[in-house]
Amino acid sequence: MVVAIKNPIHAALFLVLSFFSTAAIWLLLNAEFLAIALVLVYVGAVMVLFLFVIMMLDINVATLRQGFARYFPLGIIIAFFMVVAMGLIVSSDYFLSDIYSQGSISTIQSNTKLLGLAIYQDYLYHFEIAGAILLVAIIAAISLCLNKSKITKSTQPDVQVLAKKDDRLRVVKMKSEEKED
Amino acid sequence: MITLPEVLSLGTLLFCISVAGIFLNRKNIIILLMCIELMLLSVNINFIAFSYFLGDIHGQVFVFFILTVAAAESAIGLAILVVMFRSRDTINVSELDSMKG
Repeated sequence: MVVAIKNPIHAALFLVLSFFSTAAIWLLLNAEFLAIALVLVYVGAVMVLFLFVIMMLDINVATLRQGFARYFPLGIIIAFFMVVAMGLIVSSDYFLSDIYSQGSISTIQSNTKLLGLAIYQDYLYHFEIAGAILLVAIIAAISLCLNKSKITKSTQPDVQVLAKKDDRLRVVKMKSEEKED
Repeated sequence: MITLPEVLSLGTLLFCISVAGIFLNRKNIIILLMCIELMLLSVNINFIAFSYFLGDIHGQVFVFFILTVAAAESAIGLAILVVMFRSRDTINVSELDSMKG
């Protein structure tokens, strides 16, 4: 539905639906913190950003759909081959062996506590690098979208320093008026 | 009770759908970005599944970092998209040939 629907807004809403169902599956797999983070971050922030951009840009949808019929058989064939290839791996007996059923993460401690311990003890540097990546993303997004139009008021120090007195000030000689009797 | 092959096949299907979506919607950059998000989501499903069935928390840490990088990537991608739409007035991929030699 995300890939085949015509309207990009509907595609984004279907993507929100798939994020929600994935979050539900993660809840079933005892990953509570990540499920809530997925809903909050993705559905709350990223998808709103997508919808905002889609609605702001006001795109002509019809011209963007021209190649759809032409690429349809190719896409279907490639997707089919990938499904077959990956399905052969997944459906093999390897993933049914005993090491994958040795029980889950201990549910005595909460998932959030375990994840926090892992992040802040074992993966502290990686966590800081992730923070740096987010900072770079913020700076890049802001600097890309900064509007350099004439409306923006900013000082130009070089021009201000180079300004001479003659540029601004003009001394006009005039005759003094005669006194009226 | 969920078994591991079920979850893995879900991730596989989601990944293949997103690959097909990249092939089908190669004109529309917004849908291409959405397909990349879907692809990362399917990889995350696999990580969470293995983390659950192996009893190992480190898979979830990895998912955490993937989510971070994906959010940064989509933010930068949308910013580039907005700038490009302002200057070129289109988001059609086939018209973006200004760097062609």
